[in-house]
Amino acid sequence: MKFSLILLALANFLFAAGDMGVSGKAPLNVSAIVMFLIFVIATLGITYWAAKRTKTAKDFYTAGGGITGFQNGLAIAGDYMSAASFLGISGLVYLKGFDGLIYSIGFLVGWPIILFLVAEQLRNLGKYTFSDVASYRLKQTPIRTLAAMGSLATVALYLIAQMVGAGQLIQILFGLPYEIAVVMVGILMILYVTFGGMLATTWVQIIKAVLLLSGASFMAFMIMYKVGFSFENLFAQAIEVKKTIAIMAPGGLVSDPISAISLGIALMFGTAGLPHILMRFFTVSDAKEARKSVFFATGFIGYFYILTFIIGFGAIVLLASDPQYLDAIKGGIIGGGNMAAIHTSHAIGGNIFLGFISAVAFATILAVVSGLTLAGASAVSHDLYANVFARGKVDEIVEMKVSKYATIGLGIVAIGLGIAFEKQNIAFMVGLAFAIAASANFPILFLSMFWSKLTTRGAVWGGSLGLLTAIVLVVLSKAVWVDILHNKTAIYAYGNPAIFSVTMAFVAIWFFSITDKSEDAKNEIAAYEHQFIRSQTGIGAEGASSH
Amino acid sequence: MSQNVYDRVKANPKFAELVQKRSSFAWKLSIIILVVYYAFILVIAFSPATLAQKVGEGVTTLGIPVGLFVIVLSFVLTGIYTQRANGEFDELTRQIKEEARSGE
Repeated sequence: MKFSLILLALANFLFAAGDMGVSGKAPLNVSAIVMFLIFVIATLGITYWAAKRTKTAKDFYTAGGGITGFQNGLAIAGDYMSAASFLGISGLVYLKGFDGLIYSIGFLVGWPIILFLVAEQLRNLGKYTFSDVASYRLKQTPIRTLAAMGSLATVALYLIAQMVGAGQLIQILFGLPYEIAVVMVGILMILYVTFGGMLATTWVQIIKAVLLLSGASFMAFMIMYKVGFSFENLFAQAIEVKKTIAIMAPGGLVSDPISAISLGIALMFGTAGLPHILMRFFTVSDAKEARKSVFFATGFIGYFYILTFIIGFGAIVLLASDPQYLDAIKGGIIGGGNMAAIHTSHAIGGNIFLGFISAVAFATILAVVSGLTLAGASAVSHDLYANVFARGKVDEIVEMKVSKYATIGLGIVAIGLGIAFEKQNIAFMVGLAFAIAASANFPILFLSMFWSKLTTRGAVWGGSLGLLTAIVLVVLSKAVWVDILHNKTAIYAYGNPAIFSVTMAFVAIWFFSITDKSEDAKNEIAAYEHQFIRSQTGIGAEGASSH
Repeated sequence: MSQNVYDRVKANPKFAELVQKRSSFAWKLSIIILVVYYAFILVIAFSPATLAQKVGEGVTTLGIPVGLFVIVLSFVLTGIYTQRANGEFDELTRQIKEEARSGE
């Protein structure tokens, strides 16, 4: 530790002068790199430790099922507090004030719903992936294939968005070339997941969550200290700087009611359909711990959003009147709104704290992509390979090997796509990922648990139509139709497809289920009672992992 | 798990009690959060001026405490559910399982 402190001090001394001043290409940020290296070495150490404990498929997918509710709550919060939400939401608050809070609330309110309606049933019915639950009493091949497609689509879109964000962020923060940054992120995530499985991924997530929460807490504390711990002062000073009171009220971000409700649906039900989040519920031992996970996760995430709100307002006060953070040519702050939190860390704690927050942002990206990759690899190995291709007759060792190859494959694809999409506008991708999760994954999962009359035919039609509607509407919306395909006006006028695609999915599932009069459908409906008793009591779930 | 265990669970009135109590509790809490959130969204969409009203003498607007309230409410509701489910509902579940197994 002492050595690293000396290194840090040295690095800081050497680069103190040139760190922030130059606009355009960023200089090498040594204090950030040193702190990031410490994180990488520590997490690789954890991966080594985890690798020795990851022997079975259960270890690989669920960390052996022995994570506690508190640990899992932190890990879920870690999965959810991506660099995009840290930098993006504080940046949004910096630019628009109150509107940033509207977004964070949308991201949070899905969690109570997950707890009340999904979490414990998921734990009681599933083994490794949410497809286990969706296909519990339905036909394995079509349902698992569809659920795996929904998972892979969500994971891929999310992963591309994270990779591109990572490359751009690292370019600005560390002064490393884009390609090198993307390749580095890809290789590290392959190492964590392939060797350490869910155990390493969970601990990387926990460490990163603790670092991010502490860093953000310190920033918010210092901002509040500077304004005498008075929100009134903070807002008053921000208004003085911005010269407008518009930042204190809802602005143009959420304008028409349909877009507003659609966004709300996508955020709320999308969260409950994200495969890497759902997978986390299988890492705890029972329904009790599953509930505690959500309780702690909601607390951490809610607290974090309050911090980002303070940081965004603090950024207005600290940055907007300080020329060293402003871009003299383009206007605004250097690097755009997303850099608000990063510059604020410099304004608060100088280069050392800037280095810390930069390293935390990088660590955040690494942790999130690892969780995504593991979820994607599980969809390939557990759903597509073991249960569809091999019809459930598969050696555990072989299944684990497949999941490791799938991880490497996904990692390489992610690196490739990350580089290919460097100059593309990827703003629509996270929105599309949430829309697909809300319109394909969530309706099937939800109705399989709560509606006895769901049949395979209904689930396949409804899930596919929901998926298709979400994709088509996103392509026809402004984000793709105008911004990427350069058409004049968008055919689909609203920001988010969820209000139509989720409705489409539910209506189609209902219609194609009730009109399904086949013999198989009768058996599937009859099997609901058995599933319901297990989902409510957990009977049969204790040994679920080895049945 | 033998079919008998499932049959005994189904026949146990405590199972019906558990399902009824938990579902009604879970749906009630879900409806609270849905109503609060969508009311918030609809006020933003139709009447943003409501949230732009000042509270007190200074510059703080109504939107700020309302927004913070929705965040805190989400957390408090998950706490209330977890508290009751991990206590009362789990105890009921434990009894149901025990009674189902003692018949073997």
